[in-house]
Amino acid sequence: MTTVLKLNGLSKHFGPVIANDNVSLILNKGEVLALLGENGAGKTTLMNMLFGHYLPDSGSIDVADEAGVLQPLPLGHPQVALAAGVGMVHQHFTLAENISALDNITLGSEPLLALRRSRQEAREKIQAIIDRSGLTAPLDTPVGRLSVGERQRVEILKALYRQARILVLDEPTAVLTPQEADTLFENIRMMTDEGLSVIFISHKLREVLAFSDRIAVLRHGRKVGEMATSEADEKSIARMMVGADTPELAGGTMAPGVPVLSLSGVSVPGRSKRDTLSSVDLTVHAHEILGIAGVSGNGQSGLANVISGLVQPEQGLIKVDGVEIGTLNPAAMIRAGVGRIPEDRHHEGIVGAMSVAENMVIERLGDSDVQSRGLLRREAIEENAARLAKAYDVRGPGVEAPARLLSGGNIQKLILARVFDRAPRLILANQPTRGLDMGAAAEVGRRLLEARARGAGVVLISEDLDEILGLADRIVVIRDGELHEAPGRDREQIGLMMAGEPA
Amino acid sequence: MIRIEPRQTQSRAFTLGVPILSAIIALGFAAIPLLAAGANPIQAYQEMFRGVFGSVFAFSEVLTRATPLIFTGLAAALAFRAKLWNIGAEGQLYLGAMAAVAVGSGVLDVHGILLLPLIVVLGAAAGAAGMVAPTYLKIRFGADEVVTTLLLNFIILIFVQMMLEGVLQDPMSLGWPQSAPILDQGMLPPLIERMRVHSGLIVALLLAGLAQFMLARSVWGFRLRAVGENAAAARHAGINVNRSLFGVAILSGGLAGLAGVSEVAGLKGYLTSDLSPGFGYTGIVVAMLAGLSPVGVVIAALFIASVFVGADSMSRAMGVSSFLADLVVSVSLLCVLVGGFFARYRIVRASTSGVTS
Repeated sequence: MTTVLKLNGLSKHFGPVIANDNVSLILNKGEVLALLGENGAGKTTLMNMLFGHYLPDSGSIDVADEAGVLQPLPLGHPQVALAAGVGMVHQHFTLAENISALDNITLGSEPLLALRRSRQEAREKIQAIIDRSGLTAPLDTPVGRLSVGERQRVEILKALYRQARILVLDEPTAVLTPQEADTLFENIRMMTDEGLSVIFISHKLREVLAFSDRIAVLRHGRKVGEMATSEADEKSIARMMVGADTPELAGGTMAPGVPVLSLSGVSVPGRSKRDTLSSVDLTVHAHEILGIAGVSGNGQSGLANVISGLVQPEQGLIKVDGVEIGTLNPAAMIRAGVGRIPEDRHHEGIVGAMSVAENMVIERLGDSDVQSRGLLRREAIEENAARLAKAYDVRGPGVEAPARLLSGGNIQKLILARVFDRAPRLILANQPTRGLDMGAAAEVGRRLLEARARGAGVVLISEDLDEILGLADRIVVIRDGELHEAPGRDREQIGLMMAGEPA
Repeated sequence: MIRIEPRQTQSRAFTLGVPILSAIIALGFAAIPLLAAGANPIQAYQEMFRGVFGSVFAFSEVLTRATPLIFTGLAAALAFRAKLWNIGAEGQLYLGAMAAVAVGSGVLDVHGILLLPLIVVLGAAAGAAGMVAPTYLKIRFGADEVVTTLLLNFIILIFVQMMLEGVLQDPMSLGWPQSAPILDQGMLPPLIERMRVHSGLIVALLLAGLAQFMLARSVWGFRLRAVGENAAAARHAGINVNRSLFGVAILSGGLAGLAGVSEVAGLKGYLTSDLSPGFGYTGIVVAMLAGLSPVGVVIAALFIASVFVGADSMSRAMGVSSFLADLVVSVSLLCVLVGGFFARYRIVRASTSGVTS
């Protein structure tokens, strides 16, 4: 077997966060390599370095040329990666919806100033690829009218049209029905028989075991394992993905108190799987941290939107501290004593152009220490900010500076200060440590435990199972918009539940 | 590889310097067509300067010209602060002017001293009414307010022409499409004897000061800024985004309506369909030049009014076209926009070689 791709010790960090740490990988001709890992394990970053979107901090990449000889790939240039035969199909398609599939496939590969376009030639070439690979798609229909599966085939055809010898598929089945996924893998098999090499990113154990030749597992940015698929089984992969040891509960256990949040039969019809909830029941007690584990995009957003008050559910009853919330909106939830740490702290957490001090009071503009008769009490606001910045160690160029000048960790501390200072009865922490360095992440955990000790209930949504196992008193797995209580704290079992296997 | 990165900090000198530098560069560019027209640019700019600062009368003309621009500039600046793109100030101006002549020309029997306040309030209300439908359509259906407000301008102007040949037509106008004049007690009093500058300017300046204060110091201004800078975060923080948008829409329309009131009740006395030479659109330029700051709007309006008045007097003195004024205004806007880009972003050369360590 000849090697067509070698990644040699690639590392990449974003600020203090290490996305990839010395990852090496080889891919052989005609092989299907599955790249497995939890969200945030560094799979997409690795592939983006291969494709030239990101520049590695260190390491190198070798790609086989047409003669099969490995050549070093200049890094950081997508065009060069394309020319070297690397094709990538992103999770979110990059097609122009208003032009035909044919035009989408040829778009960008034609000379800019050609006098006439040789459409017929292109069509014949694409047809030949379709015949070889079985990837059928209506070529003359505008892409906007194609189904998701068809669009994906157009994306793959686009890569093959550019003579890709190595094809990277980023979570190709996330958007497909099981039947479409099966067809896709049949097509991939036909293509690898022709000599194409494929890397596909996934966290679905079933399809990885059924369709790959070899499996590489990433965790926390490192490659933690590699094996031939024939030697792998679900349990061994799940263990590799989530790690072997269960971390100790950081704060010990506590006797739960009265219910502070209860959802009964709450349904949210979302636009996609990520914000859909189907008839969810959930109770969170005082002195309790409830961990919501799950693979990204399984309804976490829907659950967070409801608890934040951003979305009014179609059905169901919501009680905070025993009081039913009729009209759900963010202001009502804030009034009811819910503190919310949003998932996307830059987009939803702060108004970057406004000052740190203003961001600290943005949720309580009606309070008498913030305003009197509609005018802001600027001194009181500034004093409040100075006090909170000290108590929560928010560092930056000062409380009058725009909040966007703070680092990610300090932005999160600003939000923690805003949330915890009001002594909320219930705290929603949605991915509270994503993108934070160790110190800032530990601070978040400490504050959540402190709130629990004070008598608050906490809903901790996280894709990092370690975080949940380290903090949560009780764990619920979210999958396809449904909640399933985990019977225990067994990491392997939870991993299997997350991946959609019967526990 | 060249990359464009947002600047972490914006220096104060930069934010203030960019508009001034842009104005100077714009005057420099405008010298090219002046030369082409066979005029000496330095002499031309001297004439222009004299036309603006040469006499009390000259400067009073600048103030007169600046008054409606302050109103429409404020209308645009406040709406744009909330990312509500009201391009309809021109139409709202005519709505305000139409309401002013409708109540001010003696149709209603109002006691003398009450007429002027009534004209002002109803004029503002009429302008505000012009924003109701576009804002509702935006909030309810996501209709792009740029399109709806812009198209409403033409509908309103045609409606005004219809009214001026119909119920609002002055019976004494011998068939001209113009309204009956506003009664004397309904007029905004002049500020200086025998000059055209009127007390509408005082109203405009007071409103600019008030807007500046409210934006920075009031809860209303806080909400408005939050909605404009990051609507998702504002919503998450419990701010009623739609209510804020509606509020600022009403205010923006009202300010544009006041521009119309100020022109008919301060200057012309009656309404014709050529009342505004595009004050509504120029207000957008004023707001952009001002960096959407209400006090900046006053300065930008004075600048643009100076350019227009100065160019008029230059063209009379030197025989070059006064269209040059439009050119200077457009070029300075382009310069400000380009300058604003460089104030917010910087261009970095990133090296991609030598990373294989």
